[in-house]
Amino acid sequence: MSQEAPPTLAVWKFASCDGCQLSLLDCEDELLALAGAVRIAHFTEMSRAQTDGPYDVSLVEGSVTTAEDARRIRAIRAASGRVITIGACATSGGVQALRNMAAEGEYTQVVYAHPEYVSTLATSTPISAHVEVDYELHGCPVDRHQLLEVITASLVGRRPVVPDHTVCQQCKGRGAVCVLVAHGTACLGPVTRAGCGALCPSVERGCYGCFGPVGGANTDALAAQLLAQGMEPLDVARLFSTFYAGDEVFGRQAVTLRRRASGEKEPM
Amino acid sequence: MSEAGTGGANRAPDGTRIVSVQGLARVEGEGSLRVEVRDGRVHDVELQIYEPPRFFEAFLRGRRAVEAPDLTARICGICPVAYQMSACAAVEDALGLSVGTGIADLRRLLYCGEWLQSHALHVHMLHAPDFFGCQDAVELARIEGAAFERGLALKKLGNQIMETVGGRAVHPINVRVGGFYRAPDRAEVAKLVGRLTDAVESALAVVQWVSGFDFPDVESDYRFVALRQPGRYPMESGRVTSSDGIDVTAAGFADLVTEEHVARSTALHAHLEGGPPYLTGPLARYALNAAELPAPAATAARDAGLGDVCGNPFRSIVVRAVEMVVACHEALALAERYEPPDPPSAVVPARGGSGAGATEAPRGLLLHTYEIDAEGLITDARIVPPTSQNQIVIESDVRRAVEASLDLGDDELTWRSEQAVRNHDPCISCATHFLDVKVHRS
Repeated sequence: MSQEAPPTLAVWKFASCDGCQLSLLDCEDELLALAGAVRIAHFTEMSRAQTDGPYDVSLVEGSVTTAEDARRIRAIRAASGRVITIGACATSGGVQALRNMAAEGEYTQVVYAHPEYVSTLATSTPISAHVEVDYELHGCPVDRHQLLEVITASLVGRRPVVPDHTVCQQCKGRGAVCVLVAHGTACLGPVTRAGCGALCPSVERGCYGCFGPVGGANTDALAAQLLAQGMEPLDVARLFSTFYAGDEVFGRQAVTLRRRASGEKEPM
Repeated sequence: MSEAGTGGANRAPDGTRIVSVQGLARVEGEGSLRVEVRDGRVHDVELQIYEPPRFFEAFLRGRRAVEAPDLTARICGICPVAYQMSACAAVEDALGLSVGTGIADLRRLLYCGEWLQSHALHVHMLHAPDFFGCQDAVELARIEGAAFERGLALKKLGNQIMETVGGRAVHPINVRVGGFYRAPDRAEVAKLVGRLTDAVESALAVVQWVSGFDFPDVESDYRFVALRQPGRYPMESGRVTSSDGIDVTAAGFADLVTEEHVARSTALHAHLEGGPPYLTGPLARYALNAAELPAPAATAARDAGLGDVCGNPFRSIVVRAVEMVVACHEALALAERYEPPDPPSAVVPARGGSGAGATEAPRGLLLHTYEIDAEGLITDARIVPPTSQNQIVIESDVRRAVEASLDLGDDELTWRSEQAVRNHDPCISCATHFLDVKVHRS
């Protein structure tokens, strides 16, 4: 590969906060080396220079919330060798997927005086709901070391080495006291994908699930435990519906808990 | 290769000359700019923001008020601390909660980290390339390697401060209403002292570097709005003041600001009662608080020739560099005298109320207001980000910059008008996002 032109890298933004793209610029020690190893063909936040496709690797941040963006992601897919989605928005719809649970039109009217000016879809959906995705890197935000690993792996053509276990395991590895068992603090660590390094438990805070559900997450068991500890069903529902509210596993758990709460609140 | 800033020139059938650009680069978020020139005069300027709305103010309703700092942090990955600080201030105001000086100081240390990170990013990666005719930071690094490396080191230190106090650089996890989950140990903070000592010198060198850039001769008589925090350069608290005599609390400011929804923008345009459009951000903070600059920053500003007020938006890069000196100097002082606040957080009372909080995001004043019911749930939320407030002034700045530069060729004129936008470090992700510039001439 080194004999030929360097591979091209493109970075694309959809509905998001910019934080995952920023994680790339936050690789202060590696940024210039990366820029030397690839040709950055499209990265609006970083450069005025833009090259037309095809692109060897496209990193996509953000979720699809407009009809135009649904069209745009198909064009990006068609122009890209590999599509890698980065962050909670691109992989699950992000915090803005909370709209998926609201009545249509309700949100626009809360924020905008003239809803007719705003053209938006009723849902916020992950990139994978629209096109085939080659790799999904989770996190709100992504971990920048994992981001570098994924980029490096895709440039040399191997699978990225990214853990697929729980925050719980990272927490044990760190030697942190279990906040759920020792303090009764609500914690999503047992069902959340590792990657952050168990940051929240290390400051005696419960995990809030910002890397999304780990494969095979038993959210029913965790919800039952939190309810048994005296948490209100709606508060457990809120815990499951933040940055991965659009995710099937966390989202479904939140819906179940909300139904349960409304049932309990019905007059005798 | 095409350039984001120069999509090429053409003529409309009526003789209107059109220069179009797809995607204004080196800003946070996405929008477009359209400038129309007829008979040698700027006929119209529109900053169009079509970043898809994300409806934070809607989904905050029904959430717990203590969730506001983490939820609103996701409005902006570049300045999440600003969102966390304004959210905490507003919720604490609503609940009648005040925090001690130990917690307030730790918040300021965290905020210094974000200012340093965000300003180092903007100065070196987003803004400086314009002054060297570079497309981006990678090109800049080839010709100004040492200066660029110095900027990266300062940016990294800003992130390290946020990691030490907040747990991580993007969307810190250690902030809560009332204070922090855990106060960092003295030893963790002490590790910053040596680096910050060097950083003060580096930031002073940045001021010197940027003050030597070639600035277009454009001056505006801005109506400035910024916090004033007695005895300190404003950051995490204070009263909202203006260059024409406004002096109110955050709640009082919320009453004075109205927001207008215009067709071209998914970010609301903010207006302030009783006067022309206003500007927040580094130029405003500097003009209203020059007397509060710590000595090394004041000296650097004077040596850079800034004067008491800087009305040249292109020189905002110098003011940002001066504010990097402020951030390093203050962070050093805070780190040197750091004692972990015990407890790290005030107890949040179980009650409702309404409150407002304003703090200084790197790119300008950020206002949050909340109505909270007796159960601690948000019933109404309002967020007025800096870029919403600055949009109208940015448009008039582009007009002025283009009018002063009509002799430039299309590519340069387009670049100049992009630069007039970048001068204000707009965060369209905050305001909602995507800039694509079109200059029309006839």
